[in-house]
Amino acid sequence: MATPTMDKLEALEADNGSHLITVTFRIRRFNPEVSADAVWEDFQLDIDPKERVLDALHKIKWELDGSLTFRRSCAHGICGSDAMRINGRNRLACKTLIKDISPEKPITVEAIKGLTVLKDLVVDMDPFFQAYRDVMPFLVTTGNEPTRERLQSAEDRERFDDTTKCILCAACTSSCPVFWNDGQYFGPAAIVNAHRFIFDSRDEAGEQRLEILNDKDGVWRCRTTFNCTDACPRGIEVTKAIQEVKRALITRRY
Amino acid sequence: MSADTTPAKTPGVGPVEGVAVYDVDHPAPFIEAPRKRTSKTPRSTRGNFEMAAWLFMRLSGVVLVVLVLGHLLIQLVLDGGVSKIGFAFVAGRWASPFWQGWDLLMLWLAMLHGANGLRTVINDYAERPNTRLWLKGLLYTATVFTILLGTLVIFTFDPNIR
Repeated sequence: MATPTMDKLEALEADNGSHLITVTFRIRRFNPEVSADAVWEDFQLDIDPKERVLDALHKIKWELDGSLTFRRSCAHGICGSDAMRINGRNRLACKTLIKDISPEKPITVEAIKGLTVLKDLVVDMDPFFQAYRDVMPFLVTTGNEPTRERLQSAEDRERFDDTTKCILCAACTSSCPVFWNDGQYFGPAAIVNAHRFIFDSRDEAGEQRLEILNDKDGVWRCRTTFNCTDACPRGIEVTKAIQEVKRALITRRY
Repeated sequence: MSADTTPAKTPGVGPVEGVAVYDVDHPAPFIEAPRKRTSKTPRSTRGNFEMAAWLFMRLSGVVLVVLVLGHLLIQLVLDGGVSKIGFAFVAGRWASPFWQGWDLLMLWLAMLHGANGLRTVINDYAERPNTRLWLKGLLYTATVFTILLGTLVIFTFDPNIR
């Protein structure tokens, strides 16, 4: 017995089925409790090309292999938990549509580089956040607390608007070849967050932050390869921010 | 499962299921966080040297474009090209303090510019402190030797040498 509703549902299901494509996900697996070596493992999925890579990872974890480990929190490009290296480029899994990354070929997914892999796609973010803490990413002022909010002109706000967008996903820092080779380099993310306060008219510790970044492992190690600008899922002009910090250092010294 | 080893052999790794290796009386070993500031951390390496080196690369680069392109033009293109170069040609040029100054400036800037570039390459690519030390030692020795020898030749050049 087929009611019109059923027909519609069946038609929808048949229609849905034709939308699905078969995609191979080649995921870099690492489990220190099983083996000291990381290996590539293939998963085949029937998935809608308009879904995101994160949806595919969920499908693998929930339906194929529950041991697959990755970080994600908000799943909407705000929390910055799920930065990973997809098809050789650092991206957020929750902002990358499968149709955009040539799904006819196997899609490689691996942990971001330059940080210690703990398991599968999860890395140790401690060095990254230590560099972030080192640049004092908070408002520093002197004198009495004002009774109202600290006012700022629209132009003054515009000056550092770009670098306020950072979500600390580490896509930029883990795409930087200098950081890959020497983890002591502050990395683009820390410099971006220093830039956010150095050029804030309300902040009074700009000089201190510049002095921190004048370090041997500070801004002068930047080789302007633009990997960070390419990697940033928020579209921050990271290399430009680093260059502005360099320029501020030079113009304030000479 | 073959990965199941006894707790005594791998104290850092407990079985995922089963008896816990650590409890209140046997706490897990403390693992120090990377990049943490401890007494063993090297002292701050701030100072204006890296900034000066960075600025020198930009400024010397601009000057070298003029000096080197001018040098190549005079030596290889103008007035019959490369075939004119000989002892007499060099002697004639170095008779003038202007060309002496040009060559001296080019020698110093090019050598320091190149050495500084190689220093950053070594810093970026040599991972062990000892490798860095030896490579940079070799680099600085070669640089100082070449600069001093070149300067000596420019100032003590004798066109009547036999």
